[in-house]
Amino acid sequence: MKILVCISHVPDTTSKINFVDNSTKFDTTGVQFIIGPYDDYALARAIELKEATPGTTVTAINVGLSDTEPTIRKALAIGADDAIRVNADPSDSFFVATQIAEHAKGFDLVLMGRESIDYNSGVVHAMVGEILGLPSISPVMKLDIEGTNVKMTVEIEGGKEQVEAKLPLVAGCQEPIAEWKIPNMRGIMSARTKPLKVVEPKATQPTAVIQKFELPAPKGAVKMISADNVAELVTKLKNEAKVL
Amino acid sequence: MSTLVFIEVSEGKVRKSSLEAVCYAKAMGSPVTAIVLGPADATELQSLGKYGAQKVLHASDAKLAKGVIQAYSAVLTKAMQDENADVLVLANSSLGTPVAAKVAVKTGASFASNVVELPTTSSGFVVKRSIYTGKAFSLVELKNPKKVIAIKKNAAEVKESVGSAEVVSYPVSLTDADFNTTILSSEKATGDILLPEAEIVVSGGRGLKGPEHWGVLEELAKTLHAATGCSKPVSDMGWRPHHEHVGQTGVKVAPQLYIAIGISGAIQHLAGVNSSKCIVVINKDADAPFFKAADYGIIGDAFDVVPKLTAAIKAANS
Repeated sequence: MKILVCISHVPDTTSKINFVDNSTKFDTTGVQFIIGPYDDYALARAIELKEATPGTTVTAINVGLSDTEPTIRKALAIGADDAIRVNADPSDSFFVATQIAEHAKGFDLVLMGRESIDYNSGVVHAMVGEILGLPSISPVMKLDIEGTNVKMTVEIEGGKEQVEAKLPLVAGCQEPIAEWKIPNMRGIMSARTKPLKVVEPKATQPTAVIQKFELPAPKGAVKMISADNVAELVTKLKNEAKVL
Repeated sequence: MSTLVFIEVSEGKVRKSSLEAVCYAKAMGSPVTAIVLGPADATELQSLGKYGAQKVLHASDAKLAKGVIQAYSAVLTKAMQDENADVLVLANSSLGTPVAAKVAVKTGASFASNVVELPTTSSGFVVKRSIYTGKAFSLVELKNPKKVIAIKKNAAEVKESVGSAEVVSYPVSLTDADFNTTILSSEKATGDILLPEAEIVVSGGRGLKGPEHWGVLEELAKTLHAATGCSKPVSDMGWRPHHEHVGQTGVKVAPQLYIAIGISGAIQHLAGVNSSKCIVVINKDADAPFFKAADYGIIGDAFDVVPKLTAAIKAANS
């Protein structure tokens, strides 16, 4: 079985978000970049499937400029066999989906996080599925394969669904589909020599273009209320905050 | 030219998030046609007129009772064509968002999800999106003539007036290819307020010491007609069901009021609550980082403070 895992290169979850160049660019000063946490779940499940069935290969793919290569190498260190970098700025979901679809033919299973934590669109899996005519399912909490039949648990508002579909398919992953894998020393060493192919993007017209970024208004200081006077909180929530 | 709005129905009722979508579409200016898939009560559908829908297409085919994404995308795509609608609006959800994305690909529309405000049209058709898990916004120009917009909670005010929509039966022709996934079963907490739609959320963390202590929190939630949430460790330990996990890799909530009890306030949890209008933190640790992100805070033992809070609210309501 050939598995394609799509990973995003994103600021880590503790990063302060700031913009420069008149709020048109993300400020990367001091920011650590990681594999998107939801993509980490996808990658971990892919490696589990690979370890369970000999002959299974895992390819990592990322749409990004050369600064994403250290992140791609992390995916190789975790256990992907090879990687592809589509040399382009991941400008919007449809662009990213178009690039992934170009390279996804021939794979039995395409996995990725349910969304990337920078732009939170959560639709690349659905768009890849639509472009390739494959079923897409997200967010998948559990994924098991029997032959060509895939059984999944999908989270819905207030509960979950059991969904079934046939390979090949595309899945957007989240917890608790697998435990995040930490690369070991051997993985890190081998990541340096595993193949990382760089390809040029398929030309496509931009459909959604970011003009500018904005930050939310800063919050005021917290108002502390004594545990002996809880009724005061209720009064403030009613009259001051007007949320009761 | 009309705007098509996809309406999600849950337990026979139109979801609150879909009413927001109707109001959003109405505020955009063009006539609004709503579309509902699967069985639904006619009076519920007529009442969409109160929120701005002129017409409701009802594709009541029993095959559409379950939200199969491929089938729903096919129906909405055809409806956009039949209604000559350049814009599709719907609320972000586990069903709506992927359906919207597929319709965008099928129709060649520009797509945006997590949209927080009405579009501006002074320099291109621009929508404001929530990004970096609520820590920032982007202003995105949707360049193509057709647009598909998935809105975040609170993107539009739900305004109810007078009106009754014309409900029209919308026949569909579906093929086996439209049912490329099978929903075998679903388990859902019925009657509870859905976390992503809740106006008040009462949330608990490790400070409550164990699942058996959740009673005080549930009592507070009941008094406030609130949904219940929890932190990631609590969900990972199985104290609370997974769908209650609020945070970076859990549910993102956008209530008017978020009450956090016994939660320290790790950055990953904050990412799930930063769209809350007002945050109250109750924690016995004065150094809990959550106090820095709160509007109001009480330092105290949850088992002492929370019952007092419940009693004070009941007193204020009587």
